[in-house]
Amino acid sequence: MHSHPMPEFGSFSLLLALALSVYTLVVGGIALWRSRGTATAHDGGAGRLGETARRAGISSFVAMSCAAFALVWASFTNDYSVSYILHHTNRDLNTAYKFSALWSGQEGSLVLWAWLLAAYGFVLRMRHRVDVRLTAFASTILAGIQVFFLMLLNFAAPPFAIQPGPVATDGFGLNPLLQYPEMVMHPPLLYLGYVGFSVPFAFALGALMMRYPGEKWIHITRRWTMVTWLFLTCGIFMGAHWAYSVLGWGGYWGWDPVENASLMPWLTGTAFLHSVMMQEKRGMMKTWNVWLIFSTFMLTILGTLLTRSGIVSSVHAFAQSSIGDWFYGFIVLVFGICLFTFFKQKDHLKSENKLESLVSRESSFLFNNLILLAACFTVLWGTLFPVLSEYVQGTKVTMGAPFYNRVNLPIGLFLLFLTGIGPLLAWRSTSLKSIRRNFILPSIAMGVALVVLIATGVRPWAAGDDWQATLFSLVTFTLAAGVITAISAEFLRGASVVRTQTGKNLVASTILLTRRNTRRYGGYVVHFGIVVMFIGIAGGAFNQNHEQEMGFGDTARLGQYRLVCQSYTQDSNANYDTEYALLDVYKGSKKITQLAPEKRFYHASQTSSTMVALHSTLASDLYVIYEGKNPDTDRPIIKIFLNPLMNWIWIGVAIVVAGTFLALVPNLTRTTARVAVQVPEEAAVHHV
Amino acid sequence: MFRRWVQAGMVCLLAVVMLGADPSTRFNKVGHEMICACGCGQVLLECNHVGCPDSARMINELHAQMDGGGTDTSILNWFAAKYGATVLAAPIRGGFDDVAWIAPMAVFFLATIGTGLLIRVWRTRYAQQTPVKAAGSPGGDAMRERIRRETEY
Repeated sequence: MHSHPMPEFGSFSLLLALALSVYTLVVGGIALWRSRGTATAHDGGAGRLGETARRAGISSFVAMSCAAFALVWASFTNDYSVSYILHHTNRDLNTAYKFSALWSGQEGSLVLWAWLLAAYGFVLRMRHRVDVRLTAFASTILAGIQVFFLMLLNFAAPPFAIQPGPVATDGFGLNPLLQYPEMVMHPPLLYLGYVGFSVPFAFALGALMMRYPGEKWIHITRRWTMVTWLFLTCGIFMGAHWAYSVLGWGGYWGWDPVENASLMPWLTGTAFLHSVMMQEKRGMMKTWNVWLIFSTFMLTILGTLLTRSGIVSSVHAFAQSSIGDWFYGFIVLVFGICLFTFFKQKDHLKSENKLESLVSRESSFLFNNLILLAACFTVLWGTLFPVLSEYVQGTKVTMGAPFYNRVNLPIGLFLLFLTGIGPLLAWRSTSLKSIRRNFILPSIAMGVALVVLIATGVRPWAAGDDWQATLFSLVTFTLAAGVITAISAEFLRGASVVRTQTGKNLVASTILLTRRNTRRYGGYVVHFGIVVMFIGIAGGAFNQNHEQEMGFGDTARLGQYRLVCQSYTQDSNANYDTEYALLDVYKGSKKITQLAPEKRFYHASQTSSTMVALHSTLASDLYVIYEGKNPDTDRPIIKIFLNPLMNWIWIGVAIVVAGTFLALVPNLTRTTARVAVQVPEEAAVHHV
Repeated sequence: MFRRWVQAGMVCLLAVVMLGADPSTRFNKVGHEMICACGCGQVLLECNHVGCPDSARMINELHAQMDGGGTDTSILNWFAAKYGATVLAAPIRGGFDDVAWIAPMAVFFLATIGTGLLIRVWRTRYAQQTPVKAAGSPGGDAMRERIRRETEY
């Protein structure tokens, strides 16, 4: 009988984490129940018993960290007695990829999920003084979620299962598609986003359970929600960039069910970030907001279910197993608890105000939510329709890009339109004069852009079968011009006021304006980033591609580029064999770069993958793939794509990230020269 | 106004009439509405596996069908009949397949109407409410707090 100290330590840590989480859930729940009606927001929430539950929750993070460490250690030390390590690593794997093996398979990714949830819980429990009782509720709910994942890890998908028989000398290797730098970052970011939505969910459910007065819980969770949304955004787009750079089909979004699963909570999360402002400012949409965050959390679980259960066909099939049943049960349980709590506390969610005008910021938020949820429904419908079709017709159908593009493009354009007009509308009601004043510049910009675009050749009526794509681009570019003008005008208008007040120059006034209200202007920067992304997406209408067999000295042309094959050869290292071509790229007569598209064959997993060669500029991407050799001629087949405005998508994401960071920065405290309103003495005493 | 609508209609009609029948873009369009039958899950014209057992044959079949003068729909139906419905990148065979297209639009349409009705109900209720008390009255502090909150950003 061999001894396996590290896997045993890992297994023990998982069991301990489960015990501690169960304690946090049960004892925390009992303490909250016993203290109901007597506790206030600052008296320790649930007394000493509740404090023990909080400390158990903190300890569960330590136990979970030990389990994650044990798995990473097993990967680094090539411990092939552990089945998971045997199936997802090999000796010659790069160090960074040995680390990323933690989330390359089902059990490991569940460990990552549970560890991140424990980490979020740790931060939440350490910062409990922000509102002790509400945090105690949130902590107990998070513990409930943690118990589910730890049950999975301990009983359904144990990551430290020992491989029967003699220990293998080498592992089966990591999926080649995952051996790419972005794959070290993409899954953790995505998981940070998925798991992070547990926190606002826990606060929302907790606030509803305890009939939390006012909207403070929204203030408490605002940063959590924004950071989580940011992680999810980065995770999704890093995945898109990975797909673009690795899969070698020239695109970045394939509407795969698992991609869709990440997009759905992003859409509802975005809707929540907008509509929650109505609750903060006007005490409206309380029921809606609670259900938005409930839905967002349930969609993150549904996404995990889709990845694991195999109910829909996906390229992310590496993680499929039978644990889908556990997730069905969990979703039903969560939905049941949400529904029960909602009906029990429904009267607590009454709106304080009503909508006063159709032309107002409130109604623009309503329509924004409508659009985002329509997009979410479309994605969910498209993802599940093959299952429905099989049930009704007996045959599965494919829901590919043509479906999603046709249905979602109009929705996307409407959203772009709202991105522009929403911030121009005032809260409560907007006057006709204000509409005229705010909309005149964006309208002129759109008119000019439309004329210029048509004059420069963006003409749907002359685009033949591509008329739909060209029309989409024309509308997108035109709307983008209007939205960018509207955002710029908002900055300029505010900066002009600051300049008048302070005498600073325009740049300094803009910076001061932004620092005084980071949330508002950070939001505008995020909107600007979204517009830039839309421009990049619209560039896809003008994609071109060309495929050619290229021997020594052969030339291929695409757009303004000329590619000349200098050589093609093969190489080998311990991890993989590679074939590649060296292509000189010319623009006119000037050589601008040399590209080396590559195809690799990985020894351990006996699978191949492409390494795309890319020459990227602001105007377009030259994207070259080595498809392999023609067996008849032994010459490489090269596929070349020219993807206009591709970089704009990634730049747009960077702007979105910058804008979100800006919105997270606290406002600059305003030092006014004089007090505008005199406060009565006794009122002032109350505020001290 | 009526003349402008007629002019807009003429422009749309011309746009439709002028839709070119460029064979390469049509090939590209139809080729992107099918999935390669090899199981890779990629669009037919984007299947980049050298040695793929299906894509080259399917592309040749697509060329043959287009040369035969079939419409886009008839060509896609031919492929669906030969390789099964999953070869189509989107459900287009009619019958229950239409539900895939109708449902999102129906939901969007109903949600828009619902939102419109909701706004109408809210506005009606707001109009029926008694006017709020002015600042300085007993409810003044609450009003000032509300104004501060609503004008903060």
